[in-house]
Amino acid sequence: MSISDYFLPVVVFVVIVYALIKKVDIYDSFIRGAKEGLHLGASVFPCLVAMIFGVNILLGSGFITTLFSVVKPFFSSLGIPVEVMPMAIIRPISGNASFLLMTDLIKNYGADSLIGNLAACMQGATDTTIYVLSLYFGSIGIKKIRYALAAGLFADLITIVMSIILMVFIFG
Amino acid sequence: MINYIWGSFIVIGIVFSVVTGNISGINNEIIGSGNKSLELFMSMFPLMIVWSGIMNICKDAGILDMLARKMKPLFKIIFPELDSDDEALSYIASNLTINMLGIHNASTPFGLKAMELLQKKNKDKQRATRSMITFLVLNTSGVTLIATDVIAIRSLYNSVNPTFILLPTIIITITNTVFALLFDRFLWKVCRK
Repeated sequence: MSISDYFLPVVVFVVIVYALIKKVDIYDSFIRGAKEGLHLGASVFPCLVAMIFGVNILLGSGFITTLFSVVKPFFSSLGIPVEVMPMAIIRPISGNASFLLMTDLIKNYGADSLIGNLAACMQGATDTTIYVLSLYFGSIGIKKIRYALAAGLFADLITIVMSIILMVFIFG
Repeated sequence: MINYIWGSFIVIGIVFSVVTGNISGINNEIIGSGNKSLELFMSMFPLMIVWSGIMNICKDAGILDMLARKMKPLFKIIFPELDSDDEALSYIASNLTINMLGIHNASTPFGLKAMELLQKKNKDKQRATRSMITFLVLNTSGVTLIATDVIAIRSLYNSVNPTFILLPTIIITITNTVFALLFDRFLWKVCRK
C-alpha cells in the first residue's frame, strides 16, 4: 500500500459528494458522459489499429535494434550506460514496449542500480509521443501536424539527457 | 506529414525484415497487429467510459471550470491564442491535473474532448492549430508527478526505496516540459514566417 493507492477512491469520492452538495443529477450526468465516452472510444479505435500496425511492423523488423548497435560505440565512449539506449530509442514510439524493456532492465540489473534508475526515470518522466500524437490528432482528423512531432521528440531528448545528468552525476 | 511518418514505419520495417531474412517475423506482426490493437483497446476502453461518466459529473458540478479558473494565469502564458473563458481550457486543465497524478487512461477522455472543442474553432480542419500542438506537447512531455506503474515495478523487484524515483522524475518532467514549451514557441515563430 502506498499513498498513491488512495488517489482514485479519494478523487471519485470527492467528486460524487461535491456534486451531490451542488444538487447535480449525478446518475443521469454519468450516463450522458459514458455515452459520450462510447462514441469517443469508437472514434479512437481505428487510430489505435493504424498506429499499432505501423509501430509493430517497425519494431518487429529489428530495425531499431540494428540502429542501436550502430550508435552503441559512440555512446559508450561518452561514458553513458548503453544498456538503456534501446529503451531510450523505443520510449517515444511505444509505451508498452519500453515498459517491458524497463521491467527487464530492473529485473536484470537490480531496481536500485544506476541502469534500473535510469530506465525508471525515462519511463516515468515522459509520455509516448507517437501514441499521443496519432491518437489525439487522429480522433479529430488532423493530417497536417506541422511541427508537433519535432516538439514532442525534443521533450523526449531532454528527458534522456536530464535522466543521465541527474542519475549519473547528482544522485549516482 | 502523418502519411509520411506512418508510411515510413511500414516501408522501413518491411524492407529491413526482407533484407535481413526476418520474413516470418514480419508476417506475424502484420497478422497479429489487429489482435494487439484490440487488446490495448480493451485494456483502456471500458475504464475510459467510466471516466467519461465521472468527467461529465465534474463538468455539471462546475469542477472543471473551477480547475480552469485556478490555472488561468498559467494558461494565459501557455495558450495565448485562446480566450480565458474558452471551454476547451476546462478540459485541458482536468486532463493535465489527472496526468500529474499518473492516471493516464483517465485523462484521455478529457484530452480528446479538449481537442474536439479546439477543432470546432479551427478554420482548416486538416491542419493542426498552434493551441492544439502546445496542448499535445504538454501531453507528450508528460507532466507526471507520481509515476504509479514505475513505482510498482520497482517494489516488485525488491527496491530498498521504491519511491526514491519520485524526486528525480519530478525534476526531469518539469525540465522537459519547460524546454519543450520553449521549443514549441520557437518552432511556431520560425514556421509562421
